[in-house]
Amino acid sequence: MFEGDILDRVILHSDLNGFYASVECLYNPDIRDKPVAVCGSVEQRHGIVLAKNEHAKKFNIKTGEAIWQAKQKCPELIVINPNFERYVYFSRAARGIYERYTDRVESFGLDECWLDVTGSAKLYGSGEKIAKELRRVIKSELGLTVSVGVSWNKIYAKLGSDIKKPDAHTVITRDNYKEIVWPLSASDLLYVGPATTRRLKRCGIFTIGDIALSDVGYLKRLLGKWGETLWLFANGYDNTPVATSDSPAVIKSIGNSMTIYRDIENEEEAKNVITALSESVAKRLRQNGFYGKTVQISLRDNKLQFSEHQGKLTAPTFISEEIAKTAFNIFKSNYNWQRPLRSMGVRVCDLVSNDTLFQLDMFGSGQRRDKLERLEFTVDKLRSRFGDRSVLRASLLYDDLTGADIPLIHTIHPISYMR
Amino acid sequence: MARKVFVEVNADFLPDGRIIPRSFLWENGMRYEIDRVLDIRPAASLKAGGQGLRYTCRISSKQAYMYLENGKWFMEGK
Repeated sequence: MFEGDILDRVILHSDLNGFYASVECLYNPDIRDKPVAVCGSVEQRHGIVLAKNEHAKKFNIKTGEAIWQAKQKCPELIVINPNFERYVYFSRAARGIYERYTDRVESFGLDECWLDVTGSAKLYGSGEKIAKELRRVIKSELGLTVSVGVSWNKIYAKLGSDIKKPDAHTVITRDNYKEIVWPLSASDLLYVGPATTRRLKRCGIFTIGDIALSDVGYLKRLLGKWGETLWLFANGYDNTPVATSDSPAVIKSIGNSMTIYRDIENEEEAKNVITALSESVAKRLRQNGFYGKTVQISLRDNKLQFSEHQGKLTAPTFISEEIAKTAFNIFKSNYNWQRPLRSMGVRVCDLVSNDTLFQLDMFGSGQRRDKLERLEFTVDKLRSRFGDRSVLRASLLYDDLTGADIPLIHTIHPISYMR
Repeated sequence: MARKVFVEVNADFLPDGRIIPRSFLWENGMRYEIDRVLDIRPAASLKAGGQGLRYTCRISSKQAYMYLENGKWFMEGK
């Protein structure tokens, strides 16, 4: 694509339609023509719709709603438990197909990818041609459909993949973007959530076009630095590169959260959950060679009220005990037990490499820390050889909340666009 | 809609890593020879429900697909 003398990039955004549900329907042809939703387990209180197929969409079933709500809309809805290993396999296979066309492939969650095919035009043709080809190949090799957006920047490409689905593509050029993108609702834009949408509405900004035509200074006053970012997004000025396939993701924080099968009623139970989560987070810090300096906790009570709190660690650490202690202190000073808790999360950020030198506490014992660090690595080794339950904290031994089942880690949600 | 029939297969493992099926045992107890493998590619079986490496085979002058999915062979039954 050319504009004047500037060579525009050609960016594709490919979205696997109703991903989890499509994979399930592929393996179970009998349910293909019925409304299907993949949902978390009700017993563990993860009972929400994770994905639905086209037939379920007709009943206005939405991702994120509870199973009972979905069943009210469509009593004959077929509910299936998720099979994450299979989804990861298909996600990788799709990525493998994208990588035939370019080495610039950036995943955004399991079901979405950006592709920068600027350099592949000579080999494979225009962006639109590659989009068509991708749709065909993915359908025949994986039995799944994709919708593809083609544009000169990542934001428009992503918007494009949402316009026509399933199994379709949309090309957004410098000639047609005002007709295609600008009439879309402001909330369709990446990073415009419910709160921002409300704020924009109050100022008479309803569409992406409204954002684009607003004064950037005004948006900045309204939304802070995000105002400018959204203005750039809306105008198609975003020039964020598509990461290359081999570039490692930059890890900014490591965290785990879990929704427990019953509510957490008291401090002791909360402590156990925090301990289990901290163990898992600390282990991942060690695996990735990090120390963390800040701990954040996230809480959701049984009315789904959500809050986050954070505090500093005394020294950069990957020792689970220190993380758990700090997390628990933050918890104690911030939660008043108005309601029981439904889910909790522990996250460590401000990461530094664990070979960094840092100032020791004048009164603390460096030797003790050193011992603790070595102990942690030893525990890791024992667990990897003899299983996660081979070494346990006594406090978690009879704990029914976490089942001492240190939460399994899979990154399913997209990592931030802003990296 | 076809049935997904898992079959026992005799195959050659070639030095270059390719796996070529030579015969299979069908559910009626008969063993069928594969005359020729005409094509190998990744593909989904929309009829039987599955996805893997699809072998287009000629079996007694008829064409049929055999799928290698996670180390298991399946075919599309009637």
